[in-house]
Amino acid sequence: MSKTKLEEINRNIYDIRNKDEFDFKIEKGLTKEIIEEISRQKNDPEWMREFRLKALDVYNSLEMPTWGPDLSELDMREIATYVRPKSKLNSSWEDVPEDIKNTFDKLGIPDAEKTSLAGVGAQYDSEVVYHSMKEDLIKQGVIYTDMETAVREYPDLVKAHFMKCVPVNDHKFVALHGAVWSGGSFVYVPRGVKVEVPLQSYFRLNSPESGQFEHTLIIVDEGASLHFIEGCSAPKYNKVNLHAGCVELYVKDNAYLRYSTIENWSKNMLNLNTKKAIVGKNAEVDWVSGSFGSKISMLYPMSILNGEGSKTEFTGISFAGKGQNLDNGFKVVHNAPNTSSVVNAKSISKNGGKCTYRSLVRVNKSATNSKASVSCESLMLDDISVSDTIPTCDIQTDDVEFSHEAKIGKISDKAIFYLMSRGLSEEDARAMIVRGFAYPISKELPVEYAVEMNNLINLELEGAIG
Amino acid sequence: MSSNLLEIKDLYVNAEDKEILKGINLNINKGEIHVIMGPNGSGKTTTANAILNNPAYKKEKGSIIFDNEDITNMRTDEIARKGVFMSFQLPEEIPGISVTNFLKYAKNKVTGKPVKVFEFKEELKKYMEELNMNSKNMERSLNVGFSGGEKKKNEILQMLVLNPKLAILDETDSGLDVDAINTVSKGIDMFKNKDNAVLIITHNTKILRNLKVDYVHVLVDGKIVETGDAMLAKKIEEEGYKQFKA
Repeated sequence: MSKTKLEEINRNIYDIRNKDEFDFKIEKGLTKEIIEEISRQKNDPEWMREFRLKALDVYNSLEMPTWGPDLSELDMREIATYVRPKSKLNSSWEDVPEDIKNTFDKLGIPDAEKTSLAGVGAQYDSEVVYHSMKEDLIKQGVIYTDMETAVREYPDLVKAHFMKCVPVNDHKFVALHGAVWSGGSFVYVPRGVKVEVPLQSYFRLNSPESGQFEHTLIIVDEGASLHFIEGCSAPKYNKVNLHAGCVELYVKDNAYLRYSTIENWSKNMLNLNTKKAIVGKNAEVDWVSGSFGSKISMLYPMSILNGEGSKTEFTGISFAGKGQNLDNGFKVVHNAPNTSSVVNAKSISKNGGKCTYRSLVRVNKSATNSKASVSCESLMLDDISVSDTIPTCDIQTDDVEFSHEAKIGKISDKAIFYLMSRGLSEEDARAMIVRGFAYPISKELPVEYAVEMNNLINLELEGAIG
Repeated sequence: MSSNLLEIKDLYVNAEDKEILKGINLNINKGEIHVIMGPNGSGKTTTANAILNNPAYKKEKGSIIFDNEDITNMRTDEIARKGVFMSFQLPEEIPGISVTNFLKYAKNKVTGKPVKVFEFKEELKKYMEELNMNSKNMERSLNVGFSGGEKKKNEILQMLVLNPKLAILDETDSGLDVDAINTVSKGIDMFKNKDNAVLIITHNTKILRNLKVDYVHVLVDGKIVETGDAMLAKKIEEEGYKQFKA
């Protein structure tokens, strides 16, 4: 069997091929004119246009982060090139390299989605497939649409929530996002409505740019519940190497939201994504997160437990291969009594890849009788890979139960020998151990995603042996 | 056709740069039960690991023929697929894979055929009853949080399911109470037929009581110093290893 070595895929082929390339490069930095142009193209209402311009000011006033992975390769002057709306895209499915196509096949991605994922296809038309489901949702008053439509059609809902959970001055890339955001999903679940089927953004990928600065806004109103699944396991190709998306989750009193995501960016990407949830009284948000791909990732979803008795759980896995630096983690702030948070984070590194678990647990004075538990476990597949844990705890009350556990391990030769003595090849034995390690996360995913994640782990491992 | 199953010829093995086996010779025929006894550090576990070609044990000299094939330098998984099984003294814990799924996977690898789910389940149920195993353990991760006794029974279960030609049991009885030893012994008896063979490595003779042992070998300082029948085990039980010198 031939081995697919994902790290060897030459993604340089994806460099911008636009004929207008030189025009773009003349521009230095992000200007008001560019933002105005984006706004015009998007047909923004006035408030959004102003919002973008304000965000641009904030962006220009903020410094690059000085902690975490080195982002110096990111040429911010080129941002203008990235975000300028392109009138015509001249890429096609034929231009997509065989390696990527094969990977799609191995992951079992349907054709229509493949073109979309490769960033060369038209919008994947999910309308027919999901028609009956949609009708059901509409009857219940659920709104599920793309972000641009939501801005135009539900201005009050959007205005009251858009970048209120993640303020534009949070950090430089959030400000950038505020100025240039494009695409993404909007979900509103009315009071008391329980959405039985998971909503999957997978099927609503639109233009190639939308995967780059997309905005997800989910509001689960009082007593309602929802499972939302974002992203997919196929390596997502973008011409540009920066991803700065934003996810805002509002989980109102007594509501429940499960937010699952698998991110697998192409390995030239810098993934600087910001995700936050505000959780109301007796409400709960659960995060399930798989982070694959990308060259550098800085991803720290955050739950803000504002309501008494609110809860959050984070279950996440990162997988870093050659040349990858995944700086991921989770942040939680306990602001009310009787709140609880549970974190179960895992990471796998191989071929010199680096995984860092960076976290924050803050328990404020008001959060009496709260519980916070963090467990992180790393698996290194060889001696050249790196794993690190950087936890921050800020606990301001004595009336709290807090635990933190970190484990770093390697696959033991004894375990490999044991499995080989049962007829498994070395490759099978390693894959079994790694899949077993990832199982607590994959079991939280819907079955088709769990299967994809296992396939992805197998693909990543094929290149790791021999 | 030859009835010879395993032939170890003049085997020298090092572990951690120390010479452990110093010229072992051993012949096992189909239908036989062999026992290797010996004091701590004499090379018993090394012998088992050498047969399965554990890379942590370096063969300096000699050869191992199994079923008319030279397996001296074969990969462990290939040796397993040829029909050699080893029950581990300290079975590894593998989180995230259930015993059932592991056995199904391993059986598929060893036989090279798809496993028929219904038959497999029936087979498993039968063996588990015989071995007094808790069926709840089947859905738990392989050996994770199992007691010493549960781990050893699980090894015997694997032996029965994988049905090898040669089963090597490395101190399967150590640390077990009398009931558990009897269960293990019953498992061996179930497994044993005229076409396969068992090599039992042990310190003590309790496990042998209900079995029809053909040969007992005494291993001292990396050499087999005496070979006899079941009576030899009895003699060792009474008098210890002092009588044997390398």
